[in-house]
Amino acid sequence: MSVILEMRGITKEFPGVKALNDVTLSVAEGEIHALVGENGAGKSTLMKVLSGVYPAGSYTGDIVYDGEVRHFRKIRDTEDVGIIIIHQELALIPLLSVAENIFLGNERARRGIIDWRETHDRAAELMARVGLKENAETLVDDLGLGKQQLVEIAKALSKNVRLLILDEPTSSLNETDSEKLLGLLLDFKAKGITSILISHKLNEISKVADTITVLRDGAAVARMDCRRAEPGGGVDEDDIIRNMVGRSLEDRYPPKGDRVPGEVAMEVRNWTVHHPLHSERRVVDHVSFHVRHGEVLGIAGLMGAGRTELAMSLFGRSYGRDISGTVAINGAPADLSTVRAAINAGLAYATEDRKTFGLVLDDTIRRNVPLADLEAIADRGIVDTHREGEVAETYRGRLSIKSSSIEQRTVNLSGGNQQKVVLSKWLFADPDILILDEPTRGIDVGAKFEIYTVIQSLAAAGKAVIVISSELPELLGITDRLYVMNEGRFVGEMPTAEASQEKIMATIIRSGERV
Amino acid sequence: MTETTAPASLGAKPGGSMGAFLKRHVREYGILIALVVIVAFFQVATDGIMLRPVNLTNIILQNSYIVIMAVGMLLVIVSGHIDLSVGSVLGFVGALAAVMIVEAGLPWPVVAVVCLAVGALIGAAQGFWVAYFKIPSFIVTLAGMLVFKGLTLWLLAGQSVGPFPPEFRLIASGFVPDVLSDGTLDMLGATKINLFSLVAGTAVAALIAVMAVRGRMAQARTGAVDEPFAFFIMRVALISGALVYMSWLMADFRGLPNVFIVMALLIAVYSFVTSRTTFGRRIYAVGGNEKAATLSGINSKRLVFLTFANMGMLAALAGLVFAARLNTATPKAGAAFELDVIAAVFIGGASMAGGVGTIVGAVVGAFIMGVMNNGMSILGIGIDYQQVIKGLVLLAAVIFDVLNKQKG
Ligand SMILES: Nc1ncnc2c1ncn2[C@@H]1O[C@H](COP(=O)(O)OP(=O)(O)OP(=O)(O)O)[C@@H](O)[C@H]1O
Ligand SMILES: [Mg+2]
Repeated sequence: MSVILEMRGITKEFPGVKALNDVTLSVAEGEIHALVGENGAGKSTLMKVLSGVYPAGSYTGDIVYDGEVRHFRKIRDTEDVGIIIIHQELALIPLLSVAENIFLGNERARRGIIDWRETHDRAAELMARVGLKENAETLVDDLGLGKQQLVEIAKALSKNVRLLILDEPTSSLNETDSEKLLGLLLDFKAKGITSILISHKLNEISKVADTITVLRDGAAVARMDCRRAEPGGGVDEDDIIRNMVGRSLEDRYPPKGDRVPGEVAMEVRNWTVHHPLHSERRVVDHVSFHVRHGEVLGIAGLMGAGRTELAMSLFGRSYGRDISGTVAINGAPADLSTVRAAINAGLAYATEDRKTFGLVLDDTIRRNVPLADLEAIADRGIVDTHREGEVAETYRGRLSIKSSSIEQRTVNLSGGNQQKVVLSKWLFADPDILILDEPTRGIDVGAKFEIYTVIQSLAAAGKAVIVISSELPELLGITDRLYVMNEGRFVGEMPTAEASQEKIMATIIRSGERV
Repeated sequence: MTETTAPASLGAKPGGSMGAFLKRHVREYGILIALVVIVAFFQVATDGIMLRPVNLTNIILQNSYIVIMAVGMLLVIVSGHIDLSVGSVLGFVGALAAVMIVEAGLPWPVVAVVCLAVGALIGAAQGFWVAYFKIPSFIVTLAGMLVFKGLTLWLLAGQSVGPFPPEFRLIASGFVPDVLSDGTLDMLGATKINLFSLVAGTAVAALIAVMAVRGRMAQARTGAVDEPFAFFIMRVALISGALVYMSWLMADFRGLPNVFIVMALLIAVYSFVTSRTTFGRRIYAVGGNEKAATLSGINSKRLVFLTFANMGMLAALAGLVFAARLNTATPKAGAAFELDVIAAVFIGGASMAGGVGTIVGAVVGAFIMGVMNNGMSILGIGIDYQQVIKGLVLLAAVIFDVLNKQKG
């Protein structure tokens, strides 16, 4: 197989940080090449160099594409030769239709006048190729994340893609949608399209990748050929991990210890929430549940089941309208009417959407960490900057937030490290009841283990922890008890010891049939 | 899990390399240097008229009301909003003061307090719609601008009202009395120096230097020093030196103007509030990402409301100073001042999107505009060119900001 891309000796520096150090990457034509590494290893940066986001001259080293040394000066240059990148954070315009998004910047037009007929016909064709069953005129806003991802891919196909780069495409997809997307990649491979796939989900990698390049601290430390592995076996995930973190990881989940959950910490009865715009739609429908001190409670469910909406509506009514139901904390009725009241009642909610709801991106790590509990670092309203620095340093160390210093702005952190800053903020607020919404989204295996450890130690200290996650193995690995949510309702409850992925999926499917 | 922590190449660099530090803070130093360069340029171009004691005092008096409003506007802009009504409010409050003092004969201290309260109320009324009903501030304050322009005309019945009693005028044109020396101690018989001004200026400069050193020492104890030593020395020396030099120059004229003291206090208090208090921190968080701030338990609505009320009060204060300075209230007072104020804040490095900006930056921005106005007038450059040049400076400053951000 011929080599389509070779990146040689790529070095890229940001003020105070060497993000890439003499990285070499070689991709064969028609293969699926996986790029793995810890948070902040430089994966996204390397792909941004390749796709012209960082123009020639802002890095050193050579990019050889199709046998020629290239100096891409802008994204357009790379698109012209068939290199298309789909970024970690999707870049669709929510209030434009699917068709309009697909041809954004590349409109089907004659002399500046858009040919809607052709736009829709071509869009329908591309949508069929990626298996997106929607009307071309549907607004992107009305699609789930899985389908939005497909729109991005259709958009890439519309530009005659030869090398498709996907930066963590499945991090916010559920299992079914992820499967579908990986299937699509295999399809493309059969048609000769090369892909570079970045992911922290190693099971996906070992399923589809032909070659794996491992980055560590800005350097390419290993190259693994999966095709040579014995048939059916694929590469060993443990091997990948060993290369990623520099040592082997015995367990994916820390031991739960033998704690016994105590009194009920929070009891929710008949919680009902309506959609903020379509007030007749019940997003959360008569949900009742409880969580105990010293317990890790999981809420499983498919994307769009209403888990985030449930959590946000509990947390100071931050979502929805016409909210009804009661909440008791430690046996007494609790006032959760505002976020402040909820925090004072001992509740905290760490968001799944770090950029929109979690971080003040323009501010530094130092400023973001103490934000939910500024009083704790202040004396009569005056911030003790010394203490602030200590706090930020403590969490930077505890969660291994990879950064040049606590003065680094969070916008410049890698995705996984941003997630860790959000977690730090809520750990610092020291709540009694902590709701974590997809706490390990986009986080590497090693750091996941650390976060699980933190969760277990919170529970051991008598806190109640509620984990919302779309990764069933994760829920099974760290929780004591599980609720299953589907279409706004709680449809099942089981001790984790008796749960399995099949059982949870079956519960979801059964509840769907009943409706 | 030590292996996953930041390796040496990515790790914290206390002190940091000078280049990297400069890149991150190019804006803050840039604007200070720009002011120094502009002052130096006009000093040469005007054959030394620029920094003559009389002229320096004049620059401060002429720009005091812009600086006062820029302080309030910075908070509004950092919180992610804008206030277009400040010019009109300034005019309205001046008119109100004139009517109450000159026509109704009320004692001026009472009137001053009433005026500040009225200003705060006006700000609060606008902030109410912006904060609690999410009406865009651009529109609410555009309406306010028209309303208060109209009300000023109505109050004054289209006439100028004045003059004010001399005690009131002291707000703007008075000088701090020299309590340390009297005329008899003047040995050379030439211009007598206002000793108090010199001592006060030097004391404040010393205080700033001591506080800066102590702050740095506290940082050093935690190993969190960020600013390279050379820059630290340069910055402190520049600021303290400028203060001493200015007070020496002004001492040579009539001493420190009263408004200078008012301004200095406002700058000190608001700098402290924005950088060191939970209240200030929260305003930045709200401007940077309102949703994240709200979900962190910050009452964003009330903060936005308060920044507008505060802006109204400062616009009223500026209105009193302006009326006292002109010694009359005119229907035209304050016209287009909001533009100068907003320009000052943006030249000072604040971001249109909110969440970014400093009080000192805004004040320096105001003085950059003020010094250019003054210098160009001395040089006899027509008002037409002046406008063009000021516009281009604003554009250049913001382009610099944006490009600088993209590079980072
Ligand atoms: N604009 C920037 N300014 C400064 N540092 C940056 C910038 N962009 C990235 N970095 C730094 O470069 C390093 C690599 O970041 P990158 O986003 O490539 O990591 P990643 O491997 O994609 O991680 P993740 O798995 O968390 O997405 C990080 O240490 C990050 O803080
Ligand atoms: Mg990344």
